[in-house]
Amino acid sequence: MAGYLILFYVDEAAYAADAPADLLAAHQKFQAAHGDVLRGGGQLAPSTTATSLRGGGRSPDYAAGDDAEVTDGPFVETKEALGGYYLIDAPDLDAALAVAREVPAVFGGVEVRPVIYP
Amino acid sequence: MGPADAALADAHRREWGPVLAATVRVTRDLDVAEECVADAFARAVESWRADGVPARPGAWLTTAARRRALDRLRRDEVAARALPWLVTDEVAPDDPTPGETDLLALVFTCCHPALAGPARVALTLRLLGGLTTGEIARAFLVPEATMAARITRAKKKIAAARVPYRVPATAELPERLAAVLSVVHLVLTTGHTAPEGDALLRRDLLDRAHDLARLLRTRFPTDPAVTGLLALVLLTDARSAARTGPDGELVLLADQDRTRWDAGMITEGTALTKEALRGRPVSRYAVLAAIAAVHAEAPSAADTDWSEIVGLYDELLARWPSPVVALNRAVAVGFAEGPAAGLEALEPLRAEPALATYHYLAAARARFLQELGRSAEADAARAEAALLTGNAVERDFLGRG
Repeated sequence: MAGYLILFYVDEAAYAADAPADLLAAHQKFQAAHGDVLRGGGQLAPSTTATSLRGGGRSPDYAAGDDAEVTDGPFVETKEALGGYYLIDAPDLDAALAVAREVPAVFGGVEVRPVIYP
Repeated sequence: MGPADAALADAHRREWGPVLAATVRVTRDLDVAEECVADAFARAVESWRADGVPARPGAWLTTAARRRALDRLRRDEVAARALPWLVTDEVAPDDPTPGETDLLALVFTCCHPALAGPARVALTLRLLGGLTTGEIARAFLVPEATMAARITRAKKKIAAARVPYRVPATAELPERLAAVLSVVHLVLTTGHTAPEGDALLRRDLLDRAHDLARLLRTRFPTDPAVTGLLALVLLTDARSAARTGPDGELVLLADQDRTRWDAGMITEGTALTKEALRGRPVSRYAVLAAIAAVHAEAPSAADTDWSEIVGLYDELLARWPSPVVALNRAVAVGFAEGPAAGLEALEPLRAEPALATYHYLAAARARFLQELGRSAEADAARAEAALLTGNAVERDFLGRG
């Protein structure tokens, strides 16, 4: 079994203007249907609430440490921002994609990434 | 070439994919499997020359490659692996043709939609067809280093993202099969007219398109798209021998010696086309094969039923519109209704950005302009076409005027 992170990207402007009222219910339904493989997940607050730290990891433990430069906003600015994620168990990519197809994803889409150290 | 070397060349073409597919099952790693298969072929050179060609060369090579793989696995047992093992299912005990299942698993892995389109074709030609990276790079006009990087990246993704090594389940099959068929079709069209180089066609690519289409037909005999694609491969390749003259120069369809067309391929291709057209949904490949069948059945160029061909292009354009299909339809209109009608049909396509660097548009205009006696304009169009093609045989033809 391997881990996959399903990241969902959302056009935040479109979402803010016209979020479906039953989206939360759709996520709850998805979570109920795939509870056996879900290892975590959550909706993220809008990218305007993000804070980024850039430091290059030069301290002995590779942390940003005192070098960290604190900036307002997401690490990468994109039209479709990271809006949430699910961490799942799946035996292979086809199984992970089958789960990802069922993630409620309005105004955007999902990206599936293998997790190397689950 | 001695009998051993001839048998080796033949085995390289026919058996590379099957031997590799069976070896991947043991190594669960594409790179290691490729090394073991290359090693088996190297051993075959010595052994077959010294002891003669074995009765079943494919089985000999598979045994040698798998033995090598098991040796390596034993030696590498404790070595740390950077990448995960390839994900495979156990072979079902009731599978009557495990070798074919392995081969198809390799096809579906190479053509997985999670891989970039160009990488799918490259992996298919290399892992199933045994082509070298250099040969593949030349077929698709990219530097060898670029192609090598593309193949390496795709193999890493297969391992790291755990793209499974298996024939997909029924639910996923239509989408997955479509991806495979489009790779085979690209191999066919690239082989039919090589984008670059001194020869008009690439025999190695056409042979691979044949093998892959046959393999798919064996496993999916009732799928109309599979049937249509095999028909298209046969009807396209049937004309290969007549497409160039004694000095390798281009001979147009209208001027080809039709006795040099392969009658066996035409008979089989035509029968498969009829079968494919009866299937539902009708596939694009079946309609393309039908167009090739109309040409193949005409006793001479003058007897070609061009209005039938225009009708088939209309169907293609309605369901699968593309600038190239629009161009082919316009050319057919010219043959059905005369050069003035053809030129008129081509005219709106000159504003199509996708055709701006496509030499067949200029070549078709040159032809119709010439027939209308507008020689100066025809010369200019021909010069434009010659400038745009990368194939030396086509360029020579256009230069002949």
